[in-house]
Amino acid sequence: MVRAPAAFETRNSNGLSQFCSTLEERPGLSILDFAPASQSTVSFITDYGHRLYSDDFVHQMDQCFGASGDFFENQSNPLLVTRFLETALDFDDQSFDGALVWDSLQFLTPTLLPTVVGRLHRILRPGSSLLSIFHAEERVEEISTFSYRIQDHRTVLMAQRSRRKPAQIFNNRNLEKLFQEFSSVKFFLTRDHLREVIVKR
Amino acid sequence: MSTQPARPVETHHDTNRGGGPAILGKSVIVKGQIYAREDLTIDGEVEGTVELQEHRLTVGPNGKVAATVKAREVVVLGTLEGNVETRDKIHIRKDAKLVGDIKTARIEIEDGAYFKGNIDIVRTEVKPAAAPKPQPVASVATSAPNAPAAAAAADSKR
Repeated sequence: MVRAPAAFETRNSNGLSQFCSTLEERPGLSILDFAPASQSTVSFITDYGHRLYSDDFVHQMDQCFGASGDFFENQSNPLLVTRFLETALDFDDQSFDGALVWDSLQFLTPTLLPTVVGRLHRILRPGSSLLSIFHAEERVEEISTFSYRIQDHRTVLMAQRSRRKPAQIFNNRNLEKLFQEFSSVKFFLTRDHLREVIVKR
Repeated sequence: MSTQPARPVETHHDTNRGGGPAILGKSVIVKGQIYAREDLTIDGEVEGTVELQEHRLTVGPNGKVAATVKAREVVVLGTLEGNVETRDKIHIRKDAKLVGDIKTARIEIEDGAYFKGNIDIVRTEVKPAAAPKPQPVASVATSAPNAPAAAAAADSKR
């Protein structure tokens, strides 16, 4: 069962601000949110007249790869990978107009990550945006993972969920390579050692 | 108690009995269709469809519902897997688990709840109040209380 997160801190997010500019284009968009479901994000998105698909992606990863054995080694197990993709990313092509992936991609291994990013590319419509967050410090054993909520078009509420080992550390160059199928990649380096990335499909 | 999907289970509220909503208790297992013309609390297991068009469905803390649900209002404290359509509101309480697509006018999700699925808010159009019919404008000469003064003013312009 997902526990209620501890106290939230607020932070300004240029990435979110960029993402939200696409929300104002027209009502009736479909937005994918990989954070645990929250009232504030649901209200924010649906008040624009959009649909929200909510799923806790990190929770799905833990369910599939963290039940027994090594979390990272399990991401090379074809049976578990198939189950994970069916559970977490089984959507029709081009079914979303935006995706809030938050910090979840950092915990996927180099073997699985390209497959997941390829799926994200497939399920997003051309012209849509994806917001992702990566830790920017290169020499760290563990990083904090957060529960994200939208407060307003440029403010994110964050509560630490846990500290865990990242599968890999990213810099601008390997992020560009990761999202090479997309039409553009934009970075915002923040003071709290996070790299916000806005990717255009 | 266990019922097979032979025919729909229909609950009916006895108005003379008074009391609260109908309750399917912890040990009750229903497989099939439930139609109710009263509020219903499910604290047991239900598989199939649940329809309470004008009433409230509560899935209790022990409730495990794997069904398509249609109701005026739904409150989830236990587990609900299936698509939910409410005319009014859905409440997903702390520690509840809901997997399915939601179509509703309003939604409330408490911290600690688990939800996976689509949320589609259906706005009910509020019809603007009918504009009042224009009243015939009374002429100054016939209805104004100070008709003589008005007439005098008109005279002075001549």
